[in-house]
Amino acid sequence: MNSLPVWPIMLPLGAALLAVIWPRRSAWIGIAAGLATLTAVGLLMAQVASRGTLVHALGGWEPGLGIALRADALAVALLLMSSLVALAAGWYATGYFRDADRQSQFWPIWLLMLAALHAMLLSADLFNIYVTLELLGLSAVALAALGGGRAAIEAALRYLTVGLLGSLAFLAGVAVIYARYGTLDMLTLAGLIEPEPASWLALALMTAGLLVKSALFPLHFWLPPAHANAPAPVSAALSALVVKAAVYLMMRLWLDLFAPALDPASAWLLGLLGAAAVLWGSWNALRAQRLKLLAAYSTVAQLGYLFIFFPLLAALPAGPARDTAFGALVLMALTHAFAKSALFLAAGMIQQQAGHDRIEELGGTARALPVTTFTLALAGVALIGLPPSGTFLAKWQLLSSAFALGQWLWVPVVAAGSLMAAGYMFRVLGFAFGPGDGAMQKLVDGREELPALLLAIVATAVLGLGAAALWAFVAPGALLMGAQR
Amino acid sequence: MSLETWLPALIVLSSLLPGIIIFMLREDNHRLRTSLNLLGAFVKLLLVGMMIWGVFHERVFETRWTLAPGLDLVLHADELSVLFVTLSTLLWLVTTVYAIGYLENAPHRSRFFGFFSLCVTATVGLALAGNLFTFVIFYEMLTLATYPLVAHKGTPEAVRGARIYLAYTLAGGMLLLVGAIWLRTLAGPLDFAQGGILGDIDGLDPTTLSWIFLLLIVGLGVKAALVPLHGWLPQAMVAPAPVSALLHAVAVVKAGAFGIVRVVYDVYGVEFADSLNLLAPLGAVAAVTIIYGSVRALSQDHLKKRLAYSTVSQVSYIALGTAIVGPIATIGGMVHLVHQGLMKITLFFAAGNYAETLGIHKVSEMDGVGRRMPGTTLAFTIGALGMIGIPPVAGFVSKWYLGLGAVEAGSAAWVMPVLIASSLLNAAYFLPILYRAWFREPAREWPVPPGHGGRLETHAFLLWPPVITATLALAAGLFAAAPYSPLEWAEIIAAREYRK
Amino acid sequence: MLFAEITYALTGIGLFALGLRGALLRRSLLGRIIAINVCGAGVFMLFVAIAYRGPGQAPDALPHALVLTGIVVAVSATALALALGRRLRDSDHE
Repeated sequence: MNSLPVWPIMLPLGAALLAVIWPRRSAWIGIAAGLATLTAVGLLMAQVASRGTLVHALGGWEPGLGIALRADALAVALLLMSSLVALAAGWYATGYFRDADRQSQFWPIWLLMLAALHAMLLSADLFNIYVTLELLGLSAVALAALGGGRAAIEAALRYLTVGLLGSLAFLAGVAVIYARYGTLDMLTLAGLIEPEPASWLALALMTAGLLVKSALFPLHFWLPPAHANAPAPVSAALSALVVKAAVYLMMRLWLDLFAPALDPASAWLLGLLGAAAVLWGSWNALRAQRLKLLAAYSTVAQLGYLFIFFPLLAALPAGPARDTAFGALVLMALTHAFAKSALFLAAGMIQQQAGHDRIEELGGTARALPVTTFTLALAGVALIGLPPSGTFLAKWQLLSSAFALGQWLWVPVVAAGSLMAAGYMFRVLGFAFGPGDGAMQKLVDGREELPALLLAIVATAVLGLGAAALWAFVAPGALLMGAQR
Repeated sequence: MSLETWLPALIVLSSLLPGIIIFMLREDNHRLRTSLNLLGAFVKLLLVGMMIWGVFHERVFETRWTLAPGLDLVLHADELSVLFVTLSTLLWLVTTVYAIGYLENAPHRSRFFGFFSLCVTATVGLALAGNLFTFVIFYEMLTLATYPLVAHKGTPEAVRGARIYLAYTLAGGMLLLVGAIWLRTLAGPLDFAQGGILGDIDGLDPTTLSWIFLLLIVGLGVKAALVPLHGWLPQAMVAPAPVSALLHAVAVVKAGAFGIVRVVYDVYGVEFADSLNLLAPLGAVAAVTIIYGSVRALSQDHLKKRLAYSTVSQVSYIALGTAIVGPIATIGGMVHLVHQGLMKITLFFAAGNYAETLGIHKVSEMDGVGRRMPGTTLAFTIGALGMIGIPPVAGFVSKWYLGLGAVEAGSAAWVMPVLIASSLLNAAYFLPILYRAWFREPAREWPVPPGHGGRLETHAFLLWPPVITATLALAAGLFAAAPYSPLEWAEIIAAREYRK
Repeated sequence: MLFAEITYALTGIGLFALGLRGALLRRSLLGRIIAINVCGAGVFMLFVAIAYRGPGQAPDALPHALVLTGIVVAVSATALALALGRRLRDSDHE
């Protein structure tokens, strides 16, 4: 049996332990683990691309009592996103935390978070998902509080409280599933779920929990302070990866596991909340005074777009149109991850050099930090959805599905959201290029600007130009139901 | 891998690659930057020459790249793309030379020329676009590439002007995008085909198509400065002269007009669009814009603003040409694409020369300038006469065909007054300038620009471009009947459009 | 379903609701943390109720394993919350 799915989990986990034992070497261990994980994910991707979905039973115990790991195209695509973003943010973190104590505190929790995320993506068992979700949440909270100050800790506490309630709701849903169907293995459940009150109750409970964790309007209130006050690499991971985990689970539940039990109308609620998130988040981003707060509100808005896909996907019958829309959803999630992490890393760079991140006082940034400003511009292009970014193609497909299905409402929402995104990104760029005394400290090592730049290039160029490859990889048979076809 | 597959992509790359490299060059690396610029321009010219020859002999050039399921990036050379690409390439070369002279000793030149190259890449890309999807991609890229150019000076007015420009063009771009997606969802892949594709598809609801047409035209009309979407254009005059020249003659405004031509001819098909009663409103808007632009131009003392409103007016001739059904009007509109470009760029180059060499920004300051800068003013004169429509400058040819086409289509009743009124208004705001320049005495001593002591009236790089473009404008009119002339190309395009 | 099962299940749901209310409405951090624990206890009760297979039969072991795991998670989370709360109080006193 192929044990490849185990590595993306064990490598960061083992490295976390090593980082606790050898705090002085924690940065090296972290980067090495990041590279090794990326390699493992790459190999996994190659295998899945050539042979289809991989299943691995941990310890040789079959599902029922044992836990299976399942790597399908969707999971692997997100694994790749996670490894790349984590590697880049981790690289940036080596230069960010000047204090050696902070460095050694950062790495074990960071690696743990990564391990939890990867374990969740590869899980095929509902309770296992609960555990990994909790692990992910706890490590994310710890990272968010790493910054120190009162604001950060308050935000982290709120995140923790809210996240725990969400997890408990999810767990309650798991209980209902077990009570009704007697199994928690997703592969088995896939064929069993019927449209009946028990399924609906379970789905409602799990969704409630996940909506909190994915910060969908109106349960988004915890996100802006938490992401804005965390250290830059942490914010990058929180916005790009941690919230995506919850969205991924929503996809798995709504589009895959519970799909037969669903009627398209219920997905409309998600879509409407998503639309509200787009408008509310973009509006607040326009009014934000601080760059990191702007980025956090932008995350709320961008996640809203992902939820707008749900009513469209629920209404499309299985076939090429649905596959294309699904691929677009994945593409948008991926592009956002890269673009948002690039934005946060660039904001971190600016904050380090200027001592603050107030947007109106960003004058002179273009001269002092040209590479970082370029990163901001590229990330902006990807967040607004201008060509050639992946977001452009994803939005095209989104609107195309909306037109095809006659769901007109989403068109003005997406258009308005994109224009507002243009408004807030160009506002930042306008100030950055503006006159300023450049109270910036001289940049010591230009290489610190590189990770952010690379992330932005991936978002804007690679994912845009290489999108067809992603579509070919993800779309066909990415869902559990597809395994039965 | 044959030439047919690669040539369109190479033409786009020939300005993209130098642009990217120029961004990374150090500010004081003049020689490399200039060489890259000129090298790119010449290579592009060469490639375009090959394309012209090929298309004339009915070879098919197409680059196709699948970006997403059902969405192909297509670069395709048909006669209309060749027309626009040639114009863009020639004028890019000339403007590059001009910009090098204009920006001597100015800061941030690497940034400027980098974006400049991107701007041309985008223009050439949308000229060669083979479907609406590709067109929209390069259209948006054009907005992004021109925004920093408009804001280049960095002054508060420049930033403000650029912001207005951005707001207008992004909003327009969004409308265009929505219209394009809607149409694509309804009608399938929208590869441009001469004679239009929508007429051949069954089962399309006319009301929906009309709404989509409205979205597309409004989206394109922002860049094409159709009234009332033209508000950004006078504000964008804060840009340096080479930018204004390029924007008005060949890049932004022409891109919008070109888009309208594509939508009417190669997506809807002119006869089909007429059957949906879409062309009458378009013609009305074009007519209003023509008159309005000219009227506003009369009251402007600032030279560049007067020229800006003149552009608003003149570019709508192209829209007018598309709105009149008939091959001759089509020819008139299309050939004006080229002619207006040549004439307007000459005028802007001259305006830039006056500002740069003598500090003149207003018409009222232009007394006697003809004696001080005869070459520039001669070029200006040729351009102005062409705008009015006086033979043998090229502008006359376009107006003649438009008028004739209106008669042929039976629309003479409302088109002729518009054409005549416009010519009269053009005369009213251009002739006084010419009179002042040649026949009045200067009000005061001309300032001597620092470091200037040569024989020429101004820097060579500033003088030759307007002279060259003025000569071309004259030649396009004189030799309109010659093979490979813009008129000839327009005739071929019209013939293929109406073949059905 | 038998009386015992129903009682446990309803208690569980009741605790969940009480805990939820407390977590959302209580002012003090400690109060909220305890409320969350109550909420968790409610869910665990639910699992215990599910594990019941009838009189005289051995209960289903799987939910018990899940509850144990859940308790461990709850304890860790509570510890983290308390540590952060302590940090917050310390920063207030500075």
